[in-house]
Amino acid sequence: MTTTAESGPAGAGRADIGRNEIGKARLRKEDAHLITGRSRYTDNMVLPGMLHLAMVRSPYAHAKITAIDVSAAKASAGVLAVLTGADIAGEQGSLPNVWPVTPDQKAPEHPAIAVDEVAFSGEIVAVIIARSVAAARDAVELVDVDYDELPVVMDLEEAFTDKVLAHTTLESNKSATWVFDSAEAGTGTSVEDALADSEVVVERTLYQQRLIPAFMEPRSTVVDPTGEQITMWSSTQIPHILRFALAITLGIPESKVRVIAPDVGGGFGGKLQVTPEEIITVVAARRMGKPCKFTETRSESLQVGHHGRAQVQRLKIGATKEGIVTGFSVNLLADMGAYLGLITSGIPILGAFMYNGIYKFPAYRFECNNIFTNKPWTDAYRGAGRPEATFAIERMMDELATELAMDPLELREKNWIKHTEFPFATVAGLEYDTGNYEAATAKAVELFDYEGLRAEQKRRRENNHPVQLGIGVSTFTEMCGLAPSRVLGALNYAAGGWEHAQVRVLPTGNVEVVTGSSAHGQGHETAWSQLVADRLGVPFENVEVLHGDTQVSQRGMDTYGSRSLTVGGMAVLAAADKVIEKAKVIAAHMMESSEDDLEFANGAFTVKGTEQSTAFGEIAFAAFSAHNMPDGVEPNLDSEATFDPVNFSYPHGTHLAAMEVDTETGHVSVLKYVCVDDVGVVVNPMLVEGQVHGGLAQGISQALYEEAVYDDAGTLVSGSFVDYLVPGAPDLPHYITDRTETPATSNQLGAKGVGEAGTIASTPAIVNGVLDAVRHLGVKDIKMPCTPSRVWHALQEAKTSGGVQ
Amino acid sequence: MIPSAFDYAAPTTVEEALGLLSAADEAGDEVKVLAGGQSLIPVMKLRLADPSLVIDLGRIPSLSGITDDGDFLTIGAMTTHHVMETDPLLATHLPLLQMAAGTVADPQVRHRGTFGGALVHADPAGDMLAPVLATGATFTVSGPNGQRSVDAADFFQGYFTTAVEDGEILTSIKVPKYTGWGAHYEKFTRVAQQWSIVAVAAMVRIQDGVIAEARLGLTNMASTPLRATATEAALAGCALTQEAIAAACAHAAEGTEPASDLNGDAEYRRHLVQVVAKRAVMKAAGLQPDGLKRTRE
Ligand SMILES: Cc1cc2nc3c(=O)[nH]c(=O)nc-3n(C[C@H](O)[C@H](O)[C@H](O)COP(=O)(O)OP(=O)(O)OC[C@H]3O[C@@H](n4cnc5c(N)ncnc54)[C@H](O)[C@@H]3O)c2cc1C
Repeated sequence: MTTTAESGPAGAGRADIGRNEIGKARLRKEDAHLITGRSRYTDNMVLPGMLHLAMVRSPYAHAKITAIDVSAAKASAGVLAVLTGADIAGEQGSLPNVWPVTPDQKAPEHPAIAVDEVAFSGEIVAVIIARSVAAARDAVELVDVDYDELPVVMDLEEAFTDKVLAHTTLESNKSATWVFDSAEAGTGTSVEDALADSEVVVERTLYQQRLIPAFMEPRSTVVDPTGEQITMWSSTQIPHILRFALAITLGIPESKVRVIAPDVGGGFGGKLQVTPEEIITVVAARRMGKPCKFTETRSESLQVGHHGRAQVQRLKIGATKEGIVTGFSVNLLADMGAYLGLITSGIPILGAFMYNGIYKFPAYRFECNNIFTNKPWTDAYRGAGRPEATFAIERMMDELATELAMDPLELREKNWIKHTEFPFATVAGLEYDTGNYEAATAKAVELFDYEGLRAEQKRRRENNHPVQLGIGVSTFTEMCGLAPSRVLGALNYAAGGWEHAQVRVLPTGNVEVVTGSSAHGQGHETAWSQLVADRLGVPFENVEVLHGDTQVSQRGMDTYGSRSLTVGGMAVLAAADKVIEKAKVIAAHMMESSEDDLEFANGAFTVKGTEQSTAFGEIAFAAFSAHNMPDGVEPNLDSEATFDPVNFSYPHGTHLAAMEVDTETGHVSVLKYVCVDDVGVVVNPMLVEGQVHGGLAQGISQALYEEAVYDDAGTLVSGSFVDYLVPGAPDLPHYITDRTETPATSNQLGAKGVGEAGTIASTPAIVNGVLDAVRHLGVKDIKMPCTPSRVWHALQEAKTSGGVQ
Repeated sequence: MIPSAFDYAAPTTVEEALGLLSAADEAGDEVKVLAGGQSLIPVMKLRLADPSLVIDLGRIPSLSGITDDGDFLTIGAMTTHHVMETDPLLATHLPLLQMAAGTVADPQVRHRGTFGGALVHADPAGDMLAPVLATGATFTVSGPNGQRSVDAADFFQGYFTTAVEDGEILTSIKVPKYTGWGAHYEKFTRVAQQWSIVAVAAMVRIQDGVIAEARLGLTNMASTPLRATATEAALAGCALTQEAIAAACAHAAEGTEPASDLNGDAEYRRHLVQVVAKRAVMKAAGLQPDGLKRTRE
């Protein structure tokens, strides 16, 4: 679709060994089986005697369960058992929240099957266990549940007032209040003082609508309880965390649990969860002594899979008349939904360190109130906290530019950190290692033809063209590569942020890489193969990457937060380096030379200054046959490493969107989209391009299309893809992408994360562009998604209020 | 999702199908006929319909195809959207229907979904309804007492309701030819593949440099498709300019009762239909209106 992607030679032969793997646009190893129907998703698993589950869900968003009659369902053909919350109260435990953001965080008990009270529409009240999916489904309608309806609170701002409580067991809807103040933290000055002294203060309330991670493969779980261990196949991003969470939630020894994530069809954070359905499937399988499967329908996926975003952002930014930003105050209401999922409470906090963006203003305060409502819980969704932060600061920079009648790029340039100022300690307490905002912006401006489009915009304004043009700017950075374990500890997150890898050398010299990262579409098999081929000098094709099974990959922290390459990939490289060290000892022995005289390049050890060399494969075989090992050296090259990052990685970039707004219909379209991203050193440009494209699509989609909408009773109105709108290829522009390359200093490769960059950057670029197109007509704001109807109504209101400037 | 259990029959003649229908009726069974299944199957999977018998019309050859009957084209109820989209007879004599069929869903759905199924399903946002209404077609319905004809004006009776009674089958639609007329189906959606938020089916006969006659059908502006009669009247004799056509199309919301939903409220739809009508008429007349180029044009 766009630039880059100079594809490498197909099937590099021996001559390529050890050279140039990094940076090559290798085709994805994982695609052949995915596109030829040889994929194995969880729902493809069929085990002998397997039973099927269907969930009985509450139609009410808030109610007391007064009675459940399961007799008719139990008597239904093919049904073996029906379990209610009361039936399994003793064993189901409470679903884990591993991120208590404050010591006094409040949260309701979170049973997988509700026992006394339901707090959102779709919450599970019983499970049917039957011989077939059809029999299970049929019986769902036969379960008779009596509810006493309770008042619901759906609106976040209303929930904050505590007039209606989302849970009768809690005294307030407030779960926690989390504050960062640069004056208190010693990273800056007081924002209150700064705003009081500012010549210009702009105040806005912005809304992050609720989004649904619409991954391709609905979630599915199979549990086999028949062997020594309980084996779970699940469509998850986090097999390792899930294993640990199942053990602690259900009180099963961790050693007795094996979790396998087979082919997983996307996640976007939506599969970074320990779900009630997973817990229930384990409980059912153990009770029945037989394998059990649960696969959600798309309707269920939209209704009860965890959602994302859902915040109200009350923002104040101060500046001098010349446009030097003096301080930024952020006050959030974050919608938890009815419960705290795995890291629900921490999502807004992940954004807390990013509201300063790429800028160096001196004063910053962030306050977030985590609030319960009667909706499904929110949790990680691509970007998790950082898109919200970027949206807030980038929208506010545009608002400030308008206020100051200044070009939005000029305002940004006045405030951003110059490339000579890195490493830079930010007002939010992070240390940005590197960056070059000037370079990325210069490139983007050129590719975009910024001046030309500004001139075209002026022409259309002057002749009152029905299709107005706007230019949206977003100069973003983000923190990813989650995460230094110490930082996570300081934030009270339960686990660490390291990653583990193992490099195993087979007798032939082929290599197996075992990674704790858990790919679900990203292309790790390809990228890790490139890393190891490069490091060990073995052919790309001779590297096999294994992942997603806790019995194969014993240790891992899985995949989210754009962490796989910058954390998991570094563990792979560290393990490969250990292999070289081990091989060196054997090579020296084989060549009767000193280790100090050897150098390793292109897959062979050479005695410096001579022609004498031994290939990696020969050493592998020598270690396997073990006929002639040096004394005291184990006959084995396998190595492992655990990598804990010293810092986050900070990708950045400049995104420019030319937006057309049809003032007659309110329809919005992207005329041109340019992004220049800096993700440091690139292992595979095609994979990077793919991540950027997909990320852009998701970010643009938040700006224009997606929204989870509820009625007053608490029922999801946008409960199918007819109403929950996701764009298709024809709705998205031809992206013009490019890169600058400022290597990160926090890892040996110089790489930065790219998984979320497009999503984080694009949403404000689009909305800024839409507003830039119609601001001269008097429009001040348009809530996301900017639907034709909303845009048209905004134009009408501007007209009737005579707001034309 | 999985529908409730049901029996399945695949008759090979209309008579056989009608026999099955009346037998089921006598037995008091709930029965549904299946055309392309693109609306019925989703509704069954969501368990909004639970027929105990499904009668598949897909094996009855006489129900599909387009034939030239002089002043008319007769279109079998089981003719797929894809055939409609690509048929040369339609392209010559009824380009409006051809264009509308091309805007339905995606190629997969168009290869399965049928003209008759879409008309009997009668979703107010369905794209084939307004064009058929605009042409003034006649519907042939077969039942236990033989065949009857229903005028387009009487066929659509409300949300998902038509003149086809229980025990009856829509067999064909007889559509007058509009050879030489300009035609355009203008569909307004948020994304390329979506049901119409509002759409306008327009046909114009141009004579002596003005619009001599116009026929307009409106999609999703009420519980049934509507004729835009006030606009049609205003367009008679209308000059071929954007201003004149826009003035005539300012009547397009008259007599409409659009619903409010996530894609827009009624007020927005009443405004939108005027813009969409203007664009439809201009394009039917071979003019290029201002406004955003849509991806599917
Ligand atoms: C993803 C998707 C997107 C879609 N998008 C659009 C769109 O943009 N625009 C649009 O117009 N449509 C759209 N549709 C609907 C599509 O046009 C369907 O084909 C149509 O609505 C129904 O036609 P069918 O042949 O599939 O009928 P079925 O689904 O088989 O039947 C529909 C109903 O009509 C009855 N019926 C069918 N044929 C007869 C007959 N001959 N006599 C009596 N009763 C009959 C059935 O009993 C049933 O109640 C979409 C469908 C899908 C799945």
